[in-house]
Amino acid sequence: MVSEHDHMALPPEQATIPPGHPWNRIPAIAGACALLGAAGCAILGAANPKQFFFSWLMSFLFFLSLALGALFFVLFQYATQGGWGIVVRRIGETIFATVPVMAVLFVPLLFGLHDLYSWSVPGAADHDALLRWKAPFLNVPFFLTRAAIYFGCWSFMALLYYRLSRGQDATGDPAVSARLRKLAGPAIIVLALTSTFASIDWIVSLTPHWYSTMFGVYFFAGSFIGFIALLSVLAAAMRAAGLLGTVISAEHLHDLGKFLFAFTAFWAYIAFSQFFLIWYANLPEETVWFKARLEGSWQIVSLLLMAGHFGVPFFYLMGRAVKRRGWTLALGGVWLLAMHFVDIYWQVMPTIHPEGIRPSLLDLAAFLAVGGCFVTATSWLMRRQALVPLRDPRLAESLAFENV
Amino acid sequence: MPFNPLRSLRSKTLLVNRLPEGPYFGILAEFATPTDLYHACERVRDEGFTRWDAHTPFPVHGLDGAMGVRRSPLPWIVLVAGLTGAAFAFGLQWWVHASAYPLVISGKPYFSWPAFIPITFELGVLFAAFGAVIGMLALNRLPMHHHPLFQSKVFERVTDDAFFISIESWDPRFDAAATPKLLESLGARSVELLES
Repeated sequence: MVSEHDHMALPPEQATIPPGHPWNRIPAIAGACALLGAAGCAILGAANPKQFFFSWLMSFLFFLSLALGALFFVLFQYATQGGWGIVVRRIGETIFATVPVMAVLFVPLLFGLHDLYSWSVPGAADHDALLRWKAPFLNVPFFLTRAAIYFGCWSFMALLYYRLSRGQDATGDPAVSARLRKLAGPAIIVLALTSTFASIDWIVSLTPHWYSTMFGVYFFAGSFIGFIALLSVLAAAMRAAGLLGTVISAEHLHDLGKFLFAFTAFWAYIAFSQFFLIWYANLPEETVWFKARLEGSWQIVSLLLMAGHFGVPFFYLMGRAVKRRGWTLALGGVWLLAMHFVDIYWQVMPTIHPEGIRPSLLDLAAFLAVGGCFVTATSWLMRRQALVPLRDPRLAESLAFENV
Repeated sequence: MPFNPLRSLRSKTLLVNRLPEGPYFGILAEFATPTDLYHACERVRDEGFTRWDAHTPFPVHGLDGAMGVRRSPLPWIVLVAGLTGAAFAFGLQWWVHASAYPLVISGKPYFSWPAFIPITFELGVLFAAFGAVIGMLALNRLPMHHHPLFQSKVFERVTDDAFFISIESWDPRFDAAATPKLLESLGARSVELLES
């Protein structure tokens, strides 16, 4: 059927946010949220800087993981020459184009390194054999160098893919797709390595004695399912808001739902494998991390993740009809986004509050500030561009896509 | 839809896919092109036939829609089989480790459920796969060593270059006189009545 649509370009008016559409107001609203959150952080954080840094780290990791998940998704689409997903690829490209913004939002954390990471306090390694052993890796100059490398790699890849894909909207040059496909393989390797090391630097080293060789995959699993959940919500919301109504069909929602379903199982597989081997081997420097999360009220969060990040969405998303309707898919997406946030909360917060769950207004303020910047950047880009790669050579294939 | 001349796509409930009784198996009509077949299927569907099938040498996109094929009950069989396997595996391990033959293994409690998860998962997957394969065979009444359609000489070309509709005689709307006329009016190249 593809041949009938060959060389078809989508009319831009079907794939842009029209003037006067309510979605044009999102950047302003999100910007106001960001300012409100920043003000809250400034006022509340002055009294409790340690809590501020942890809250900020949590929100930073949550939104960064969504952007990295988007980068993974688009790279996979190119590398596998996926056809169905072209119509939702631009949404992913817009989300990972925020990586340079996330680099700026990382800067406040540099002022709280001593509060966040006990290994960074001068003299921490003097009476600690393990930290002395790890000092060649866990030291502040190398930590900063690595962060610069991560953001350099991610920004380079994100802007390259974003700019070339947008350039193709004007030129329709199929060579761009071929070039980006060739680059996708090496880019996936670079992204997998950098995101693994970043997750170890920023999350694992909160508990510097602990190590887990699976943590990089665990971070990837969370990032990817978080982004697919966001993409499902956005695709359904755009259809409900009268955008891309002729472009994104129930077939595309169905495939997003399948991804979401598959990755609830993938996340559970990875999360359980990490827990299981550590629980079974029962070595002190490995169990310390899970012990903290199985005591007091943290145990409730652990059980919530088991049921809410796997059990409930796994059975909810199993049926076919649920994945093909916008609102039921979006419900699953919102739920999994919330669970992804709980997952990050559960990774970060037991370090500062080992005694149990201690929600803070700073959690909310930091979420508004970081999330506001993230949404402002994304929605601002969406106003200025087509929401679909208008002249991608495989767009026709994606538009005509049907599940068999 | 992959080619499967033996598949009857209109099973009303599980395993009622019996062969028709009576003097005739049904009617076989041959069409020259997939387009003819596609439009003929739409008409046969709209006429209200329920015990019939289409046979093609290669998958024809959208033919299931043109035939009005309903969704298979197979996913439910797979779900039930998978849950049975998982429950069986978990129960077996509980019985062995915590009830029948309790042993302390690496200092863990008798009922150490995390240790049971891998086998629970594996048996859940295994039983689900059995459910999928055996359920598919049962729903299609396979293996089947002979089928009345094979009486037809023309039908041998179904794996080569011809397209067929077969309507079985136990369809409530089947009429040994009127149904062949209907198929001819839909552009069938040849129509033959097959004996049981």
